Amino acid sequence: MARKLNLRIWRGDSTNGALQDVVVDANEGEVVLDVIHRVQATQMGDLAVRWNCKAGKCGSCSMEINGKPRLACMTQVSAYGDDETITVTPLRAFPVIKDLVTDVSFNYKKAMEIPAYSHPANLKPGEARMEQVDVERSQEFRKCIECFLCQNTCHVIRDHEENKKSFAGPRFFIRIAELDMHPLDTLKNRKKTAQEEHGLGMCNITKCCTEVCPEHIRITDNAIIPMKERVVDEKYDPLRWLGSKIRKREGIV
Amino acid sequence: MSGVFSPTRAKIKERTLRTDKYWLQPAITFGVLFSFIIYATFRAFENKYYFAEPLISPFYSPCLSNSCIEGTSILGQPFNNKYFGIGISPSLFILIFPLGFRMTCYYYRKAYYRAFWMSPPACAVAEPHKKYTGETRAPLILQNGHRWFFYAGLVFNVLLTIDAIMAFKNASGQWGHMSVGTLVLLNNATLLWLYSMSCHTCRHTLGGRLKHFSKHPVRYKAWSIASRLNHQHQLFAWISLFGVAFADIYIRAVASGAWTNFYFF
Repeated sequence: MARKLNLRIWRGDSTNGALQDVVVDANEGEVVLDVIHRVQATQMGDLAVRWNCKAGKCGSCSMEINGKPRLACMTQVSAYGDDETITVTPLRAFPVIKDLVTDVSFNYKKAMEIPAYSHPANLKPGEARMEQVDVERSQEFRKCIECFLCQNTCHVIRDHEENKKSFAGPRFFIRIAELDMHPLDTLKNRKKTAQEEHGLGMCNITKCCTEVCPEHIRITDNAIIPMKERVVDEKYDPLRWLGSKIRKREGIV
Repeated sequence: MSGVFSPTRAKIKERTLRTDKYWLQPAITFGVLFSFIIYATFRAFENKYYFAEPLISPFYSPCLSNSCIEGTSILGQPFNNKYFGIGISPSLFILIFPLGFRMTCYYYRKAYYRAFWMSPPACAVAEPHKKYTGETRAPLILQNGHRWFFYAGLVFNVLLTIDAIMAFKNASGQWGHMSVGTLVLLNNATLLWLYSMSCHTCRHTLGGRLKHFSKHPVRYKAWSIASRLNHQHQLFAWISLFGVAFADIYIRAVASGAWTNFYFF
């Protein structure tokens, strides 16, 4: 059964913009992206919105719904009260391009700064063997759909534009953790660069990235904090440092 | 203008458009933690009503000052009760360790950064600070010392467990008795162990730092158990805090004569 939904959509570009009210039909079972599309089809033909799969797997329709970073395709209209106005805005951590579309290229630049997987030189293609128990920890991080909701909600860059140059953000901390925990990765300095180049120390673990992750990746508990502890092993624990020197190994086997 | 009000971002004047009661959780956290701080400070300086044979308050155990009642420390009493003419409560010699453990705890950091420092007050709610450097410089870089407080915390867990075992004595020092105070101290020790064993540093120390679990099956098993407990670390952080406070309140009431420690046998 259709209901009349009060929707407030931010419209504008980088120079100006405002919230505009519309009333739109919403059918049972529809998600916010559905009603945005109906607005686009019936009332605002030039409304810009980025979307693709409508299944919560492409990470394209990230936006803020009633102030919370969410995927529009995974947000049920029925989660909001009949009299409630749903406010939809673009992600507020990134430059806006038009309406609900933001420029997320910051994330792709940060992705390029993370050194790739480094394969053991003595293993030819097809020779690598890994036990399931060794890889399942980092498999959780492979669920990331790069919606960048975690990046958007992280106050380190959301509230401090100047930190963008020195802070990679939670999405890339899970990438670094994934590689550092990889049983065959041979790059030795990931912990050091995570702290000194990618701004791991700026994270004050308020767990907002975990709260908004649509894939329910435990970003803080399973990636950021373990990386912080690994950094402590190398930089702030003299006993570990001494042990690694005496035993001539990196410290993690 | 910075943050969500930066020139290139969507022009929205509100700091947040959240419509839920996002302020409620940090407000409750602030209220509870602030109340605990006030109570703990009062008790740390009160310097009395901390021992009612065989029960000793966790705020004063081990009691290391020479002003302590005899039998309240298995580590002796090496400290004076006065330094430079200033009287020092025995609680002050030990509280730095459990306090430091909780202050640097990854869960409590989230709690007080949000509730006390509003950095941020809640997710997607703009914080009021103009600059932010996180835990990269003093004093917050000291948060990296969490593992040292964790190790110290383990020592205190052992000592408080011994206190709980000693509580199987009666007021005359005879073994084989059990009172409400015994249960209170057992509960306190159990909750502290759960809090410590669910700690992120514990999880890392047991096996988290490894790259090849398959080569260390025992450590992998330990890490797996710690990981399961770690899911509940927030819960253990709170109930162990209440456990410590309740143990102290109970023993203070018994020591001051307000309550009688009921013996089951």
